[in-house]
Amino acid sequence: MTTTVEAGTPPVGKSPSGSARGARHRTGRIHRVGLPYLLLLPALLLELLVHLVPMVIGIVMSFKELTHFYIRDWGAAPWSALANYEVSVDFDAPVGEALLHSFLVTVAFTLLSVGLCWLIGTAAAVFMQDTFRGRGLLRALFLVPYALPVYAAVITWVFMFQHDNGLVNHVLHDQLGLTDKRSFWLIGDNSFIALLTVSVWKGWPFAFLIVMAGLQNIPRELYEAAALDGAGVWQQIRRITLPFLRPVNQVLVLVLFLWTFNDFNTPFVLFGRTAPEAADLISVHIYQASFVTWNFGTGSAMSVLLLLFLLLVTGGYLRLTSRGRRAAP
Amino acid sequence: MRSIRAAAAGAVTLSLVLAATACGGGSATGGGSNDSPKTLTYWASNQGAGIEIDKKVLQPELAKFEKQTGIKVKLEVVPWSDLLNRILTATTSGQGPDVLNIGNTWSASLQATGALLPWDAKNFDRIGGRDRFVDSALGSTGAEGKDPAAVPLYSMSYALYYNKKMFADAGIAEPPATWDELVAAGRKLSKDGKWGLGAEGSNPSENIHHAFVFAKQHGADFFTPAGKADFTNDGVVSAVKQYVDLMAEDKVIAPGNAEYAQNQSVSDFAKGKTAMLLWQSASANLTSQGMSEDDYGIAPVPVQSGTPGTGKQVNSMVAGINLAVFKNTDNLDGATKFVKFMTSDDEQKILNKAYSSIPPVKTAQTDSAFGSAANAVLKDTLAKSAAALPQVADESQFETAVGTAIKGLFADAAAGRPVTTGSVKAALEKAQQQMPTA
Repeated sequence: MTTTVEAGTPPVGKSPSGSARGARHRTGRIHRVGLPYLLLLPALLLELLVHLVPMVIGIVMSFKELTHFYIRDWGAAPWSALANYEVSVDFDAPVGEALLHSFLVTVAFTLLSVGLCWLIGTAAAVFMQDTFRGRGLLRALFLVPYALPVYAAVITWVFMFQHDNGLVNHVLHDQLGLTDKRSFWLIGDNSFIALLTVSVWKGWPFAFLIVMAGLQNIPRELYEAAALDGAGVWQQIRRITLPFLRPVNQVLVLVLFLWTFNDFNTPFVLFGRTAPEAADLISVHIYQASFVTWNFGTGSAMSVLLLLFLLLVTGGYLRLTSRGRRAAP
Repeated sequence: MRSIRAAAAGAVTLSLVLAATACGGGSATGGGSNDSPKTLTYWASNQGAGIEIDKKVLQPELAKFEKQTGIKVKLEVVPWSDLLNRILTATTSGQGPDVLNIGNTWSASLQATGALLPWDAKNFDRIGGRDRFVDSALGSTGAEGKDPAAVPLYSMSYALYYNKKMFADAGIAEPPATWDELVAAGRKLSKDGKWGLGAEGSNPSENIHHAFVFAKQHGADFFTPAGKADFTNDGVVSAVKQYVDLMAEDKVIAPGNAEYAQNQSVSDFAKGKTAMLLWQSASANLTSQGMSEDDYGIAPVPVQSGTPGTGKQVNSMVAGINLAVFKNTDNLDGATKFVKFMTSDDEQKILNKAYSSIPPVKTAQTDSAFGSAANAVLKDTLAKSAAALPQVADESQFETAVGTAIKGLFADAAAGRPVTTGSVKAALEKAQQQMPTA
């Protein structure tokens, strides 16, 4: 690499005198050009190692029949061509049907969770825009769910959602009398609500944080001018705040979407390794397909499908939003 | 200039080293060796009421072993929720312990991976021969016709634990011997916030253990003799329905038990919230939760009618822990010596006493400590009326698929939805379709 650069680099600079000096300059320039790449090399290799190699291995695995008979020696596992994919997308058969069900549950869950996180986060940030006594304290308090370790936070919810001794049933049933009997939150259909609650509780402070930062960039004068022109609070939000937040929201929604769609920790801690059907998120579903039934080939095929879907959605979203941005004045 | 060059060289070297080490990790093939004869790593399953208790029980014994052989044993007690995953990961990477405990029902599944050292006649000779072990325990060490993948370490069986005072208060003189009697007793006991029987509705393994026994009592099996899944035959459906009906129809199990998966039913029993518990070797656990041995009685698990025995009179699975050697061990001789040590008469007596289990070693079983009334029930059950779970390669998938199906049925029962023959069959049908077809 060094030699090609050396040969291809014409001597430049103001070094009219002496060939020795010119040569030194040449090597100096090579160093200047080559050094950044050299310094980037470790990062590049690590990136390959940490991101790309596992991904490629995962893709290779998805074309193998990697059951417990072969996990000890992966090389010996027979190639299965597209069999794992066929099983995964055959929606008339049980495995594919379960995957489709899980996918739809995840989509519904993600839309609701991201929507609520954004709504609550934005509302809170807008309310906290004006200074008032205790604002700092409230801000700090709002960030607590986001700062807590996931396991500790979610396991606390598990205790609260318990049927017999849980706080949620105690409040809803014993104190408020809203339900005729104690409800089950961790099994059965209510588990979806439980999962959504924990996810929103955990996710909205992030939206709050980002929107709050975005709000700092909106000049105060705009609001003052709008107020002079007779715009109410609602109009100010609609005409000033939201348009100014647009670029922030674009990134925020995408990030929240990807996090929520792929969330594994929350359902896993809430429900253990076998989630109830109503809350069977795709990440746990894939985990179960590979680890609990020891079929890593099918699990990998499902992961690859998930990857493709997320790539598609992300690509489409970015295209759509960037076009909107270019079209904007 | 020189310093920049040095920095660049350093960066290149670093990245090359990182790349090289990453490629060098884990060689999954290759048998055992004796490269490090002075140390062993041992993964023990969690047998006591907590991991600390296991360490307290095992550490002095490991010290004894070190004194005898000079081999230092590094102990790690792995919780049940992690153990199978850890073993799978170790199998995949080839980086595992030298010796490990496995649940005996996993024997055939793990045997199929080829990760465990087969116990052929030669290996058995090194630990004193196959004849030292009880036959029923050897029946849960791997698929029939193959060399066992592990040797039995602790044996356990299910029994009916009942609260003597609650029985006396309800005017019940004898522990129930049939399911009808259990339901009748349970109905008398289920009042004022107290319940007849406890269950772990969200724990797939517990569900399987009970469903298996009920199936036996209905003359049915989950697998055909050829080893194919057969979850929807009439016997199995009635069996699963009978178990779930204890909550759905008979209402002797509290609905809240449907979400139990962390042995809450044992705590409920110890606290006197439920009067009966079907559990394996619960004594040590109950003692550690503050329940005195005088407060509860132990009876055989009920049958449909008559007395426990073989065939339809089976009333427990052969529960237990096996000891296996990881094939990739780099201290094969030491590992074998350790297995010999752990299955020696003396150690068997000490360890099984500590865990209130029964030694699977014939000569150790005769010790007077295992002749108490409590242990007599367990020993009797193991000897006369316990059957081994199917020893097929897909056993662990079966546990998950069917155990999860039953968890769903319990959820239905708890929510007050009807549990019918049709809904049970549909749930089992779905479980069967999840099984590998090959």
